[in-house]
Amino acid sequence: MRQSFSVGIGGAAGQGVATPGDIFAKIFSRRGLHLNAYNAYQSIIRGGHTFLTIRTGPDKIATIDGKIDLLIPLNQDTMDRHLGLLGVGAACLYNAETIKPGTPAEGVQMCPIPVSKLADISKNKVAQNTLAIGAGLSMMGVGFAALEEVLTEQFRRKGQAVIDENVSIARAGYDYASQNFKPFAWPLPMTENRYAVLSGNAAMAMGGAAAGVKFYCAYPMSPSTGVLHWMAEHARKAQIMVRQVEDEIGVINMAIGAAHAGVRSMCATSGGGFALMSEGLGLSAQAEIPVVVIDCQRAGPSTGVPTKTEQGDLWQMLGAAFGDYPRVIAAPLDIGDCFTLMAEMFNITDRFQCPGIVLCDLLLSEGRLSVDPEVLNFNPTIDRGELITSNGTADHEPYKRYKITESGVSPRVIPGVPGHTHTVSSDEHDEDGVLISDEYTNTTKRRAMMEKRMRKVQGIEASVPPPEIVGPANADVTLIGWGSTYAVIDEACELLREAGITANHLPIRWLVPLHGDAIVKLLKNAKKTIIVENNFSGQFARYLRSETSFVADGHIRKYDGEPLFPHHIVNAVKEQLAGNTTLSVPVHEINV
Amino acid sequence: MATEVVTPKAMVMADLKGKVDPDWCPGCGDYGVLAAVQKALVELQIPKHQVATISGIGCSSNFPGFIDTYGMHTLHGRSIPVATGFKMANHAMTVLVTGGDGDGFGIGCGHFVHAMRRNVDLLYIVMDNQIYGLTTGQTSPTSRLGMKTKSMPFGSIESPLNPVSLALSAGATYVARGFSGDQKHLTELIKRGIEHKGFSFIDVFSPCVTYNHDNTFQWFRPRVKRLEDNPEHDATDWVAAMEKSLVWGEEIFIGRFFERNDLPSLNEAEPVLKAGPLVQQDVRIPADVAKSFVDELM
Repeated sequence: MRQSFSVGIGGAAGQGVATPGDIFAKIFSRRGLHLNAYNAYQSIIRGGHTFLTIRTGPDKIATIDGKIDLLIPLNQDTMDRHLGLLGVGAACLYNAETIKPGTPAEGVQMCPIPVSKLADISKNKVAQNTLAIGAGLSMMGVGFAALEEVLTEQFRRKGQAVIDENVSIARAGYDYASQNFKPFAWPLPMTENRYAVLSGNAAMAMGGAAAGVKFYCAYPMSPSTGVLHWMAEHARKAQIMVRQVEDEIGVINMAIGAAHAGVRSMCATSGGGFALMSEGLGLSAQAEIPVVVIDCQRAGPSTGVPTKTEQGDLWQMLGAAFGDYPRVIAAPLDIGDCFTLMAEMFNITDRFQCPGIVLCDLLLSEGRLSVDPEVLNFNPTIDRGELITSNGTADHEPYKRYKITESGVSPRVIPGVPGHTHTVSSDEHDEDGVLISDEYTNTTKRRAMMEKRMRKVQGIEASVPPPEIVGPANADVTLIGWGSTYAVIDEACELLREAGITANHLPIRWLVPLHGDAIVKLLKNAKKTIIVENNFSGQFARYLRSETSFVADGHIRKYDGEPLFPHHIVNAVKEQLAGNTTLSVPVHEINV
Repeated sequence: MATEVVTPKAMVMADLKGKVDPDWCPGCGDYGVLAAVQKALVELQIPKHQVATISGIGCSSNFPGFIDTYGMHTLHGRSIPVATGFKMANHAMTVLVTGGDGDGFGIGCGHFVHAMRRNVDLLYIVMDNQIYGLTTGQTSPTSRLGMKTKSMPFGSIESPLNPVSLALSAGATYVARGFSGDQKHLTELIKRGIEHKGFSFIDVFSPCVTYNHDNTFQWFRPRVKRLEDNPEHDATDWVAAMEKSLVWGEEIFIGRFFERNDLPSLNEAEPVLKAGPLVQQDVRIPADVAKSFVDELM
């Protein structure tokens, strides 16, 4: 079983949950530990309830699992909601003066901190947080120097007095814990590894920058806003033009305009914003202008549950924009892949001059993961496809923007080149861009142009690898998932093996093209297939069935707004192997 | 071998002829606008490959197909954001946006307002015929109160929008009104609009001879008065411009209402564009910058 340790910090929004989270994350990653963090929160700026989980350990940790080893409730609500997640060996650090302890399970250490005795709470409103960080790290067996270093960095901008005050409070908490509380049985180890810790949104923004994005625009919408924030903050250093636009309709069209002018152009949104972008996506396809759109899925429909995760937009992506046209859709498997996928997506959309959709979700967008810095390669292959950037010979043939070719790809000219003026159009057009809608007879031209565009599909398929099964052949069960469920299924497979059930995993990264034939071949001899997804109706299961006629033996679906945990899958698989059901809907442990 | 110096031939009207002839109705006001745009480009001698003409949807939005520049026929109401993105990616090019009143003030009104607020360096020419032509004659945002159309057969009960006063209040830095029937005057307005650094807006009365029987050439001709003929009009006076924009009746002003040159255009204000047009910049992030991005996360 992979060794891990989870810290849960909860409180009202505005109570300062994020800062302790950042401090723990920094200390864990500087010890060379992997970590994964997820924040369950409400759409509210102050008040409500927010619960941040950080799971760490020397092995790869890419999920949280709902089990908490150290709980830091910053208010009574958190104590009441989350104490039940603690088991043998876990501890709860709380303000003895404001929070009433609940009844813990057996083997849980309750650690009351006399906050006003240890710090001047009239001067420092978040003293309880800082004391708890100090106390927690003391119990984890982490030396104080590590905390002092991070606090110094954290408060550098606020001056030495603020640093000193926080360090001294943290020290008081550290010392109090070492005298009064029992240390954890498993001291936090150290390794030589060094990881970058980042969110999926930051990873996608950086991946875009590495892929050569020169124009980024967006309208703020959770959970995609982090992409805009990274881009805006780093725009000048990265030489990227970043614009906040009046609405998502403007966003996609502005991105298309920039792409047509010849730069790599990207935008991000969530389902509701994407709905507004659909029309523009069709323009990208018809005018054959490559553009990359990131959709960070949140729970819908409509405004839905703005701060909760779901994989409910797949069918919107498959059907986005009216008409029939080639598109590319891929779902990153984890936060590192959020970076890697961007350059691949841009290369494909540039080569095939069509829209590309990166289908992320809140779990990855706003979660954080330790990533090997090697993964963040700012020198990826950049393939801009068939592009005319200069006049070449002055006596070239008359330029035809939509020249009918075998591949369906017509060489694209960057506007500004002499001798190549032409019009691109959202209306159906002839090879030279002239609209055909006003002609008496145009069925032949329409058909030729439709076939030209659709020929790209074969090329797209050939340039994307088919999915592969991860894990042992002839497993008792094959779990199929797409996008963000990757790490959860991966860990579930490991837990199942420990329980004597062999399991393997088919993660789907490219949704369009799907490589249906290859998938059917892989699944043909599977003993039992179960599709895992974070939505109600089994959007991927339906899609797979429509493309291949393949019907899975079972389904695991969750649609309560929180992510799947590995043990949800383990329990469901056991239930299904026992023949009790073919549809499992795991119940989330706690209302956050 | 001696280097042969080739002097480029001056661009003439015929060079700007599109691949196809306009399919507008005979007598349509848009012909006059097309000719005025071509004339302005010829007089300014801007090489046609350095011009992009971008439009939305509708009769007048077919414009880019009828002129030989880089062209883009986009979506209904979306020409402005497309043109903005284009200009930001390659601000070395002259970007013209052409369309109609339905396209620009109906479905595209939000984008129109924000482009002016941003002072994007575009010339936006609206061929305003106060009706929806391509959809066979419905009320437009500039149709007069009481005007009978297929969609309001008992007369419009909604006030028309005043594009010139709207542009003034939204912060356009060049605001003008032209008349398709006064091509020479319109050409001058277009030339000045192209040369203006910032958002230039020209609302052009361009009568629809098929569906609008109210606002015809004959109706406009005695009413339009050139501001240029009024030596007292000061185009730097915003209040005076606003007052003149509201005059509507026996007398309707055309001409340059307002211009200011003290605000930077968006591309002048954007630091990232100081290193030249984005399209010409290196796509790779320098290694030391990339390293600093990763180091932030460690």
